[in-house]
Amino acid sequence: MTPTYYLLLSALLFSLGAVGVLVRRNAIVVFMCVELMLNAVNLTLVTFARINGGLDGQVMAFFVMVVAAAEVVVGLTIIMAIFKTRRSASVDDSNLLKY
Amino acid sequence: MTTFLSQVERLPAPEIDYGAVAPLLIVLGAACISVLFEAFLPKAQRWASQVVLTLLTLAAAGVGLAVYASAESTLEQGKLTLSGTIAVDRPVIFLWATLLLLGLGAVLLIADRSVEPGGAFVADASILPGTKAGVKMQTRELATRREMQTEVFPLTLFALGGMMVFVASNDLLTMFIALEVLSLPLYLMCGLARRRRLLSQEAAVKYFLLGAFASAFFLYGVALLYGFAGSVKLSDIASATTATDRSDTLLYAGFGLLIVGLLFKASVGPFHAWTPDVYQGSPTPVTAFMAACTKVAAFGGILRVLYGAFERSSWEWSGVLWGVAIASMVIGAVLGLTQTDVKRMIAYSSVAHAGFLLIGAISLNDQGLSGTMFYLLAYGFTTIAAFGVVTLVRNSDGEATHLSQWAGLAKRSPVVAAVFTFLLLALAGLPLTSGFVGKFVVFAAAVEAQMVPLVVIALVASAVAAFFYLRVIVLMYFSEPAVDGPTVSVPGAFTTVAITLGAAITLVLGVYPSFALEWAGAGVFIF
Repeated sequence: MTPTYYLLLSALLFSLGAVGVLVRRNAIVVFMCVELMLNAVNLTLVTFARINGGLDGQVMAFFVMVVAAAEVVVGLTIIMAIFKTRRSASVDDSNLLKY
Repeated sequence: MTTFLSQVERLPAPEIDYGAVAPLLIVLGAACISVLFEAFLPKAQRWASQVVLTLLTLAAAGVGLAVYASAESTLEQGKLTLSGTIAVDRPVIFLWATLLLLGLGAVLLIADRSVEPGGAFVADASILPGTKAGVKMQTRELATRREMQTEVFPLTLFALGGMMVFVASNDLLTMFIALEVLSLPLYLMCGLARRRRLLSQEAAVKYFLLGAFASAFFLYGVALLYGFAGSVKLSDIASATTATDRSDTLLYAGFGLLIVGLLFKASVGPFHAWTPDVYQGSPTPVTAFMAACTKVAAFGGILRVLYGAFERSSWEWSGVLWGVAIASMVIGAVLGLTQTDVKRMIAYSSVAHAGFLLIGAISLNDQGLSGTMFYLLAYGFTTIAAFGVVTLVRNSDGEATHLSQWAGLAKRSPVVAAVFTFLLLALAGLPLTSGFVGKFVVFAAAVEAQMVPLVVIALVASAVAAFFYLRVIVLMYFSEPAVDGPTVSVPGAFTTVAITLGAAITLVLGVYPSFALEWAGAGVFIF
């Protein structure tokens, strides 16, 4: 069990999330991709904690989870608010602000 | 169980220097009290009590800061507290004072209820915009209900507290938490506009999605730097960069991702995409708060990270940040030329200003540090006053932000036009305004750091940017006012105070900047 594999896996997950944010249209799905990125970071943190033999990384992962939960609350509120108005959660429909 | 517990080493409680962190505790504590006000006070009393509480909080935090700054004799060295996660040194005290003052200006604009009857914020954030008028507004009676969502006050205080932690944080985890504490309330505040609800909600969605995306980058950078240095303390990362046995890949990838997150918050250069949309869509007082305070916090964080952790590896990354600074100035100046909306124009101007600020930050010398902080102070007040003026020019639909509606404004209201002209000249950086002094000290620091080509590009960019400021001035003074043009509201006490404060400080810092420069240059970061 080489820890490097976990780093590669987390980098892959992070990239998948980043690509998802860029290509998906639905705001909820975009947001889920951001969450995937945060969880990839968690995997990186605990892997490095294992490699370095310290606990800091694991503690940090808890902080990230708390922050992610808070972000969900705020994010879903905002997306719900615009969904109720527009009846659509597509990020392409939100195009009034330009130029 | 008991045997296990007895074997566990007691975690030492971190030492807290309550005097040093008092402003933080006051602001965040008051934010919690403010939430309780929302929960338990009847609706009729909320606005008054929230305004009083918020203003008292800012005053108390300012007093706490002043007491600490004047009493401490060993202040030159600064102080690390909360087991080294918060540093209270000279630059941090300067930035905290700047944030509190700018926060005061923004809160005054937020609290104003005379310009727009009931305030710039919607009575209830969950109401639906009218379907018939669609984009423009919700139904009339909702738009004119004389209440506002007073949750904006606790949100402001939380954001301000997050900003204060952000500039003082001495390790990257604290910085990340502070980043979220300052961002999450701002996302919500963007969506609270009374008029043009849909634009406001759209701004909130855009800011939220892009902001969450950027903080994920920031966080991945933190994780990679943790892998690189085995710690997220800035000083540990700095000492790890001098060791030879570490992975350069982790360092540069980590630094790159981290700095992308920070540059996004500061709306620098190619990471500015959200700025014009969010500045335009948000309620104008919130835009003022974001433009002034977020800029201070983000650049405070950038300065701290660059000086604390990456100063010794600057040879490797300075080229990239040169490119970013150039891109930012060019994008801001050129795209600013094409804007037709005054809020978007100021947004692009803020992108250009972010480029100038970045020049100061990457100079990595003492003048660069003090110059950047002075620039932040000067720019913040000019922007708050400018957005304050924007709230005054209105027609029946709310604020008239389209530039064509500003034609001939000097004939309708000479005073407002004169103040706005002065502020635009300050943004352009003409002498006798704070903008000139700010640019001068930043460019001087860059020349000192042998970045002459960058300064030349910056001067060209400021000349281009000056053109679009002057265009507005010409429009206000030398065009005939439209027949159905907007009216200029008589500002209430709060807005008057905010605009006067901003304009006065812009003038004072332009004529007599030495005292502020002295404060800004009084000490250096400690780590």
